[in-house]
Amino acid sequence: MKREKLRAHAPLDEPKPVTDLRVRQIRARDLLRGDLEGPDLEQHVEESVLTTTMHKALGWGRANSIFPATFGLACCAIEMMSIVSPRYDIARFGAENLRASPRQADLLILSGRVSIKMAPVCRRIYDQMLEPKWVMAMGACSSSGGMFANYAVVQGADKFMPVDIHVPGCPPRPEAVVYGFNKLQRMILGNPDPGWRKRYNGAGTEEWAREATGEASPEEIAAYEAARDLAATHESSRSQASRGGRA
Amino acid sequence: MPDAPGLELIAKELNDAAEGSVLGTYHEHGEACLIADPDRILDILRWLRDTPSQEYRFLSSLHGVDYLPAKPRFGVVYELLNMPRVERLRVRAAIDDPGGEELPELDSCVELFPGAEFHEREVYDFFGIVFRGHPDMRRILMPEEYVGWPQRRDFPLGGEPVIFTRDEPAMPRWYE
Amino acid sequence: MNQRVHGGDILAETGEEVVGMSAVERTAAAEGLEAEQELFTINMGPHHPATHGVLRLLVSLEGEVVRDLKPVMGYVHTGIEKNCEDKSYWKVIPFVERMDYLSYFFNMHVFCAGVERLLELEVPRRASYLRVIHMELNRLHSHLVWLGTSALDLGAMSMFFYCFRDRDRVLDLFEMSSGQRMHTRYFQVGGVFEDIPVGFAHNLRAFCAEMPSRIDQYEAILNANEIFLERTRNVGVVSRERLLDLGVTGPLLRAAGEPWDLRKVTPYECYEDLDFNVPVGTVGDGYDRYRVRVQELRESVRIIEQALEGLPEGPWIADDRKVVLPPRDELSTSMEALIHHFKLVTEGFRVPPGEAYYANESPRGELGCFVVADGSAKPVRVHYRDPSFANLQALRDMCLNGYIADLIQNLAMLDPILGGIDR
Repeated sequence: MKREKLRAHAPLDEPKPVTDLRVRQIRARDLLRGDLEGPDLEQHVEESVLTTTMHKALGWGRANSIFPATFGLACCAIEMMSIVSPRYDIARFGAENLRASPRQADLLILSGRVSIKMAPVCRRIYDQMLEPKWVMAMGACSSSGGMFANYAVVQGADKFMPVDIHVPGCPPRPEAVVYGFNKLQRMILGNPDPGWRKRYNGAGTEEWAREATGEASPEEIAAYEAARDLAATHESSRSQASRGGRA
Repeated sequence: MPDAPGLELIAKELNDAAEGSVLGTYHEHGEACLIADPDRILDILRWLRDTPSQEYRFLSSLHGVDYLPAKPRFGVVYELLNMPRVERLRVRAAIDDPGGEELPELDSCVELFPGAEFHEREVYDFFGIVFRGHPDMRRILMPEEYVGWPQRRDFPLGGEPVIFTRDEPAMPRWYE
Repeated sequence: MNQRVHGGDILAETGEEVVGMSAVERTAAAEGLEAEQELFTINMGPHHPATHGVLRLLVSLEGEVVRDLKPVMGYVHTGIEKNCEDKSYWKVIPFVERMDYLSYFFNMHVFCAGVERLLELEVPRRASYLRVIHMELNRLHSHLVWLGTSALDLGAMSMFFYCFRDRDRVLDLFEMSSGQRMHTRYFQVGGVFEDIPVGFAHNLRAFCAEMPSRIDQYEAILNANEIFLERTRNVGVVSRERLLDLGVTGPLLRAAGEPWDLRKVTPYECYEDLDFNVPVGTVGDGYDRYRVRVQELRESVRIIEQALEGLPEGPWIADDRKVVLPPRDELSTSMEALIHHFKLVTEGFRVPPGEAYYANESPRGELGCFVVADGSAKPVRVHYRDPSFANLQALRDMCLNGYIADLIQNLAMLDPILGGIDR
């Protein structure tokens, strides 16, 4: 009799998605009673047990329990402190454990302007971190020197250490930092956010530093062509008035 | 703030006490300033601090200024404060640039105002003005081995030009 | 023979013998220890969880007792003052904001008021009141961050979350009035950038109504907390005269017993019309500094309430078109407005030659700005007298002959902001 109830909700030949609450309820009940067997059991196992590759599992583990290092330099440090605060809780992403010791930290959040006196110290702290490690340049000053184009500020932390993600802002809102953090998590999971590559169909058009010849490879040329074609078709479908007559 | 006649009185009394130490006064926007001979600066500060009618016992701040191209080039400005009467007085020591490799010098007022220690180090760090008698005359904010006096007017601001895409061809391989 | 007096491990006949003995002396007396002979210098490096910014301390220890202390600064030196010489007066404002990065309204105010003094420009009443409201909100914000982080240093972690919860409410108010949480560029030479929007007064009133009970909560957690008392009582005492010699101002000086507050002695903006008290301590130890600042939180709420009640109608920025941007609706009708706008945006206003030093009472003490103008559109020199820079000179006196754990506490109660120290 119970079998018919289950069949009524989840016929075998058309498996319903696991999100159907009633199905899950009945299956769970049967599982607890030990009544689930046969094809129902197989289907249940398929749907509820996660199978994956090792590096994806590692990526999942790393991304969801990042230990940021407290590296507050200047004003952005205050906003970094507030991502731990209850409103912009970064603990929901597993990162509330800000470790002071670089040996125990995964993510170096460079929050604030990097002065020329501090740059060697930053590099040393970065070197003391254990692999895998990531760097978030939080704010305009650590990404590119910010508003301080002068003798005392290093114009961007990526002049002396590799930076994985830049978060713009002066200071960036805590939500922006959390957004950057989420993008970093996607990167760690192996599923980076395509961003502008998807929005502007520009995949393959990235300009890496070219060799002395300065010539583009055939793949790059093809990618540029494709992007230009798509842009042209997109433009022609828009009215002239709204575009303002730009070619 | 001593008003203009009060300021003139102070200048006169100072010149009586320490001959030729006050080179001028000016009173502007409600603020009083004495322009002092840099070699007599300690006498002036001591007089201002200790004389019972003056009692400017609190040193608010010590600034360095580079007046290039005006002469004398440097000024070290002392902001004095009389707390009971709530009066501020500014004393500017006008120092000349000796030129070449030599650094301008001034007597340190750390015995009179111990709080001037960090401020004088800062003025040394940024202008190269050496304070004779300072217990610890070395750079405070720039790295210890830095060469140059950053806040002098002829020191370049530094930084990098922002490279836009249109400027890129003019600077081949800027990324190296 | 052995009496239990405040702390437990003391050999004293009466309580009077205990007060005035440092923690080290008490312990040595209790256990009959002898001091070690070797000095051990450690580096509390620029990267340290408890140094409130990138401050490096070279500490010479004898056992666990601090015998010498040398602060090394400059790790966040940004060359702001030099950069300001290159920008027009208007553009200097976002630069100087970022010096003492927890009291940005005070930084802006001191610069704008200095330039206004040079220009002999009068600020309208409404702008003055708005400035005071925002500055007192900033004082609240700064003290809340200080309280959260200091309590965190001393181990009271929950205080951090409470304080930051309330700090976010203050930042919501800033965001309402200017669009940015921190570094709002709200003050301009001549007044404030924009009038407060509809709803700001309502939100502010609600905030002020709730804040006193929140402060009661903080006090309930820390005021009578035995661990907190043990760590802060009679620790880091420096005499009032020594503090005055060192040029220390602000809550540190007030905790030592000197009732010096620039808002009272040289009232600026509209502080004369407002009725508030200045908390003053007695001993000058860490506990007094804590109490002075928490009481200042309460007084700030009072000031804001009064300023809000008394907020006059009128313009929020001065009229002088040579200095202040004309309102945008005039640009389409008036030619002069357009010309003024153009001149102001491209070149900036010119300031007649002169020097001015303007000081106000920031959360850390006397913040002063020395502006030198030479008649052009760019300042010749902008130098800030930062309170933390002067207050840091007191750290050595506070920590000498104390335990290294007390050094952490002293540094927390000193409230240094390295952005201001290093500029």
